[in-house]
Amino acid sequence: MAQHVLLIEDEPNIAEAIRFLLTRDGLRVSHAAEGAAALALLHRDPPDMVILDHMLPGMSGLEILSAIRADPASRDLPVMMLTARGRDREMAERAGADRFMTKPFANAEIVAEVRSMLGRG
Amino acid sequence: MPFNLLVLACFLYVAFLFTVAFVVEGRAAKGRLGWLRSPVVYTLSLSIYCTAWTFYGAVGYAARSGLEFLTIYFGPTLVFVGWWWLLRKLVRIGRQHHVTSIADLISSRYGKSNTLGVIVTVIAVVAATPYIALQLQSVVLSFGVFASAAPDGSRPLDPGQIAVWVAVGLAFFTILFGTRNLDAREQHHGIVTAIAVEAVVKLVALLAVGSFVVWGIAGGLADVIARIDAADLAAWQVQPGRWTGIIFLSAAAVICLPRMFQVMVVENEDEGHLARASWAFPLYLLGMSLFIVPIAVVGLERMPVGANPDMFVLTLPLAEGQGALAMLAFLGGFSSATSMVIVESIALATMISNHVMIPLWLRLRPAAAAADDLRSVVLMARRLAITAVLALGYGYYQLSGGSAALASIGLIAFLGVAQVLPVMLGGIFWRGATRTGAILGLITGLAVWAFASFLPSFGPGAVLPESVFTQGLFGQAWLRPHSLFGTEAMDPIIHALFWSMTLNGLAFCLGSLFTFPGPVERLQGAAFVNVFEGAVGPQRWARGRAEPEALLGMAQRILGEEAALSLFQVAARAQGKEGFLPDPTPAFLDSLEARLSGSVGAATAHAMISQLVGRATVTVEDLMAVASESAQILEYSARLEAREAELTRTAGALREANEKLTQLSLQKDAFLSQISHELRTPMTSIRAFSEILTEGDLLPELVIRYGRIIHDEAKRLTRLLDDLLDLSVLENGAVQLTLGLASLQGMIDTALTAARATRPEREFQVVRDLPSETIYIKTDADRLTQVFINLISNARKYCDAARPELRIAVRHKAGRVTVDFIDNGRGIPKGAQALIFEKFSRLTDANRAGGAGLGLAICREIMANLGGSVAYLPGQGGAAFRVTVPLRLETLAA
Repeated sequence: MAQHVLLIEDEPNIAEAIRFLLTRDGLRVSHAAEGAAALALLHRDPPDMVILDHMLPGMSGLEILSAIRADPASRDLPVMMLTARGRDREMAERAGADRFMTKPFANAEIVAEVRSMLGRG
Repeated sequence: MPFNLLVLACFLYVAFLFTVAFVVEGRAAKGRLGWLRSPVVYTLSLSIYCTAWTFYGAVGYAARSGLEFLTIYFGPTLVFVGWWWLLRKLVRIGRQHHVTSIADLISSRYGKSNTLGVIVTVIAVVAATPYIALQLQSVVLSFGVFASAAPDGSRPLDPGQIAVWVAVGLAFFTILFGTRNLDAREQHHGIVTAIAVEAVVKLVALLAVGSFVVWGIAGGLADVIARIDAADLAAWQVQPGRWTGIIFLSAAAVICLPRMFQVMVVENEDEGHLARASWAFPLYLLGMSLFIVPIAVVGLERMPVGANPDMFVLTLPLAEGQGALAMLAFLGGFSSATSMVIVESIALATMISNHVMIPLWLRLRPAAAAADDLRSVVLMARRLAITAVLALGYGYYQLSGGSAALASIGLIAFLGVAQVLPVMLGGIFWRGATRTGAILGLITGLAVWAFASFLPSFGPGAVLPESVFTQGLFGQAWLRPHSLFGTEAMDPIIHALFWSMTLNGLAFCLGSLFTFPGPVERLQGAAFVNVFEGAVGPQRWARGRAEPEALLGMAQRILGEEAALSLFQVAARAQGKEGFLPDPTPAFLDSLEARLSGSVGAATAHAMISQLVGRATVTVEDLMAVASESAQILEYSARLEAREAELTRTAGALREANEKLTQLSLQKDAFLSQISHELRTPMTSIRAFSEILTEGDLLPELVIRYGRIIHDEAKRLTRLLDDLLDLSVLENGAVQLTLGLASLQGMIDTALTAARATRPEREFQVVRDLPSETIYIKTDADRLTQVFINLISNARKYCDAARPELRIAVRHKAGRVTVDFIDNGRGIPKGAQALIFEKFSRLTDANRAGGAGLGLAICREIMANLGGSVAYLPGQGGAAFRVTVPLRLETLAA
């Protein structure tokens, strides 16, 4: 069974690009555009890792990350944060993100990162 | 003897005096006074004590009262011989403190109080005016003697006219030589020398007349003595009380008379001159008095009964046919009168201008103190004051009608100025004397003198009503002018002398004992009383032990590093030395002190150099100067405080500006980070999909789809950049507006069409009221249309109603047009309404159509540029915006 990645991203075009890349790499991708839907999905269909955009409408990326880390079920879930603002890296790491990727990124780069986070060598 | 000859001689004599004064002034200006600075000139100038009152009047005095006239000479003699040390102290104080008049001395001693200066000035003017009138009268009388002696008597002479010409001539002379320059020491070499010449003329004339009387008329000394013995003069017997009183009075007068103070203290060149004068002046007085009794006795014998003994000096030679001698005597009397008037008016003018006019002028025009040339103002004040003094004297002469009332005015005037004596002596010998005491004493003395002596001299009923003489002031018997406190049957002048001096001294002492001197008063008091204990004369720097380095260090602290270095370098070079350290020569120390005092004040500069030079003792005078400077410093510090308050205000403004800048900087950071995000987002899509496309091996429909995404995102990127540029131009005010008349309806039509590109799939109901839109607005139509497009696009984007509807309402009033855009959506939540016009304040992302959140910010800037506004209109059901635009020109379309 394919490994499951939850993508939380509000920009539809970016979400579509990532979904295409990861699906092509043999992963199952589910997508949410904002925090509440994402957390609901997390409970309903627990993923193997999360890709989380930083700037989201409503609940921000950092808030979603704290919610993930607060829940014992998802405390150790690998999380990769995406951001369009360079300065947010430090805050993201302190909030408990495992990886960090700045937009725009190379396709090979994000695929490789996801692979390594999922232990797929 | 022809009268015309007399007038001619008079003119020639005056011209001679002018020449003397002129030549001496010229030599003084070149600093070549030579023998003119001798003690002889000083002594002779003191002779202005002997006025016409003495020259003519002494004989009359002797004819009426015998030897009592001698008391007038005894007083000064006692002072010069016995109180020599007192005069020396006065002269020393005068030199050290640059005293310009007796009023200045008193005012300066009592804490530089101008009130005292004014009081003394008033006393001096009141006492001197009748005295000046007396001089004018004597000149008129002596002219009259010659006129009546003229054989044809063809020259009827108007005495008033003579008095006018004499007064005018004297004013002219005094102004010419008395106000030539404004020396700090108020010295007038030309006048002093002219006075000395006049003194010689006086003495020679009187001696000549006396010799003629003794050896020409009488048969030598033995004969004269025999005649004197035989004469039945009224008062051969000495009245001890009156004699003591008058000796005291004339002694006081020789110190206190303004003209005596002028020649004795102010015009003094050298303290040593006083030593010579101490015996030479009494000798002069002896010469003046030598032949008085013989002239009086022979005159009484020879002249017809009823002849005025005051004029014996003139009438005796005339009666004996000695025209030339009479002429000499006339010139002697003329000299006595003119010299007195000249010096007196200079002294009074100095007081009046320094203590009354200039303070008044400075008070009326405070700004003038710094701005105007005070020098010319002071000189003008002097000239006015001289004119005023002589006018007063002339006026008094006219009012008194040249009557005998003037004859008695001499002693009364003496008593008037003697009121200054207690305050003056107290001031220079008693440190406890205070300003309040001095004011009380002077006013008491002035009042008693006026009431008991001066006003009664006009006669009963003239100034004081007769009832005051008989029943006393306010009917109080103890307040009768000649019987104060019930002292009956006293000689009036002795009575007034006794009471005025007693009450004056008492008020002065008690006032001083019961009040406390201020700090400046105490310092001045010490400086005056201990004048001989301080340094002698103006200090010059001896070659001290000062280290040049120490001096340089001090100068740098005061003048600043560069200025001090260049000062020292210049001085060193002048001494032929390299580098920055000149030898501490007296000349260098002097120039350094002068330079420093420009910055920190004379006293402080002096004290600082004193310390470095090793003369550590700071004299009382130094302290005094520091004290007076500290007054200036207080004022300066008040100014500093004001400046500090200003600085505080400036600092506050700066802090505010800084906070604003910090805030702006934070906003800018946030803005840049927002832009970065807005740019990176489309870039991410474009990069990702373009990589996917280049890899190939893709379904054709996906190729098309991804190509379109790339295209859309590129457009979004372009729009964002356009918006940013637009906003930047609008915000900087660099926008070029193209003004013109445009139809509102047309603009709304254009905007609706353009906005249809936003979410073209939605069908929007637009409600308009076309007639209200038929307005022409003078504005930049493109920009206003851009605002409309933004608002309509926003409505198309964000209105979430099932059947979206946009209502456009136009209203115009008072030169402004409002256009409302109201949709039927949920509107904007209250808390967010304030934010929507900020950059990147996108509220919801649900229906984002590629906007970067700059639209409303751009609208706001455009409307600001068009002189209007755009605002959110709450309470309209849906989202509502009101655009207000000025209607520059309005016409109704057909």
